[in-house]
Amino acid sequence: MGLTRRGFFKTLGVAGATLAIGSEAGAGRLGSTTIEYYGILHDGTRCKGCRGCEFDCAEAHGLPEPVKKVPDIRKTDETRNTVINTYKTSRGEVFIKRQCMHCNEPACVAACLTKAMHKTVVGPVTWDGDKCMGCRYCMVSCPWDMPKFEYHSANPRIQKCDMCYSRLKTGEQPACAFNCPNDALLYGKRRDLIREAHRRIFEKPGLYHDHVYGEHEAGGTGWLYVAPVPFEQLGMNTTLQQASYPALTKGFLYSVPTIFVLVPALLLGIQQATKNDANNGEEEEDE
Amino acid sequence: MPTTGRRRKMNNTIPINADQGNRSVWKFLAGEFRPRGKFFTPFNMISLPVMLLGLVLIVIRFMKGIGAITNLTQEIPWGLWIGFDVVTGVAFAGGAYVITFMVYILNMRKYHSIVRITVLNGFLAYVFYAGALLLDLGRPWHVINPVIGNSFGTSSVLFLVAWHFLLYMFAQLIEFSPVIAEWLGSRRARKILSGMTIAAVIFGITLSTLHQSGLGALYLMAKEKIHPLWYSEFIPVMFFVSSIFAGLSMVIFEGSISHKVFAAQISEKNHRAQGGILQGLAKICAGTMFAYFFLQLLVFIHGQHWNLLFTGMGCWFLTEMLGFVLLPMILFVYSSRTRNVIMIRLAAILTMAGVILNRLNVTVIGFRWDMPVRYVPSWMELVVTLAVIFTEIWIFRWVINRMPVLKDPPAWVKDQK
Repeated sequence: MGLTRRGFFKTLGVAGATLAIGSEAGAGRLGSTTIEYYGILHDGTRCKGCRGCEFDCAEAHGLPEPVKKVPDIRKTDETRNTVINTYKTSRGEVFIKRQCMHCNEPACVAACLTKAMHKTVVGPVTWDGDKCMGCRYCMVSCPWDMPKFEYHSANPRIQKCDMCYSRLKTGEQPACAFNCPNDALLYGKRRDLIREAHRRIFEKPGLYHDHVYGEHEAGGTGWLYVAPVPFEQLGMNTTLQQASYPALTKGFLYSVPTIFVLVPALLLGIQQATKNDANNGEEEEDE
Repeated sequence: MPTTGRRRKMNNTIPINADQGNRSVWKFLAGEFRPRGKFFTPFNMISLPVMLLGLVLIVIRFMKGIGAITNLTQEIPWGLWIGFDVVTGVAFAGGAYVITFMVYILNMRKYHSIVRITVLNGFLAYVFYAGALLLDLGRPWHVINPVIGNSFGTSSVLFLVAWHFLLYMFAQLIEFSPVIAEWLGSRRARKILSGMTIAAVIFGITLSTLHQSGLGALYLMAKEKIHPLWYSEFIPVMFFVSSIFAGLSMVIFEGSISHKVFAAQISEKNHRAQGGILQGLAKICAGTMFAYFFLQLLVFIHGQHWNLLFTGMGCWFLTEMLGFVLLPMILFVYSSRTRNVIMIRLAAILTMAGVILNRLNVTVIGFRWDMPVRYVPSWMELVVTLAVIFTEIWIFRWVINRMPVLKDPPAWVKDQK
């Protein structure tokens, strides 16, 4: 399922055009416009745990080369955007790739007060060092703890998977998906990937646990997972809410304009109403 | 805190006038910047080394990164500096908006004598504790980005909080500015500035409503990370309601100290009024604490977390709610009826401890309570925090010893009506 450079730009153009038309046609149309996010499907039944993607990722992002011998379970950090974790399950060893999930509605993007975190129309969530002020609110908000901060630098950056956005812009695939020797990583339109994931589960129900992780978690994510065992056995958080995380602050943010209009008017009214009473009372030095 | 022990000469003589020319203004300012009073006092001897050490640590932090002096991790990116300095510090600064509301909006003249010191306290708290935020920013040179408008992250609660901090500092500066004008003897400026007070107060109260609750709303997206006994969608409401009694308890606490340390500056009339003021504040504290306790109870029942009560964190929650909300509330009720000033102060201190507990429980203690390795602030984070507080107290003292904050304004102010 390759994506040619031309095809890619075509999609981009279409997405851009529909966005523009959608906003002109009003909110009613906007829901039906199609922004096609791209994503990657990780198949836990195919991944052999070779960790080739870790090396490709490090090379593509100029990060230090991963060490050869590693413990089974690790976390990503400021020196590695992705890790392959090994879990011993009832179905034998299962390997799971961890990295930024590229949510449809990312908490980190909603959290960012400088728009340094940005959800591109293609799908990747990217970070812009010229805007970021290093407040780390994205890290507080991310349900997966994926943004990582360079604590030991005087000019610290946020490190996380950016789905090789610079490669996507030149029409290439993300390094990990492009180089995976076992077809465990599939890059494509998120919509197609979900269909493909369900097809695999449907065709081989004995092989897969019936759940596409990332289809609904946190409002849907760019990275999708299918695996032979339930995901809680693979260190994936399955207690996350299905709704998007930015929705949690929506109520508060929506109350802001209301308060800004009502409270000053109310205060002014009370102030005017009590002013005369005070003047009738004892005279004191006034301010 | 030492007292200068003597009243400023300026107070009784005719203050210098701006019209007299620039030379005398500079002379006056140079005189004002000279230190006053005894230097070798216990407070100075403790605070100076801490401030110097804090300065060294801040230099290290900017050279080697935040990780060099803090225990923050990838999972716990906000620690003591945010949880205590900013979130708790701003709650304690809430007294300014409550007192200005009472005095300027409700026209409760009884509390007029504490407006200036409360606004000063609030203003300095914002400058220093929100200023402490800069230490915590990894890339502070970009702090201007959300302000100048090349990248407005309007969907962010932090965007709202940052802007409100900034605007509220200006509002408080305007509220306080007549005092500065009186100090400089500038009659014209005082007239103009005091005309802006009501507008600044209304604006300031609105801003406070939103950013006191906004500090709680910051944590709304950390839904699974905060212990369920402290997380609910009502965190913003809780933070707002508790900021009322947090701020007023601070006013009681700070007022009690100021009345001892700066006793010489306070007029006889204001000294006598203090008991009545404390009693009134105690009543307000009791009322808001009752509302707060009831809200917490409602949220707890709706959360259906009975099973969690019998865990370690559950006992901790009960300690906070019963020992540091319910108990001081009862003390406030009782002491305001009996006019027992000592007990009012005790209740205020308990309440403040409870607010510190609550804010830290949300931001630090209950945040990632399930992690195998917990965050405990390093001694260096503590020293920097203390250094920030001490610096604030130094400035506070400097202002009070020079400007008519506690003492009566110069005589010419009365004619200016």
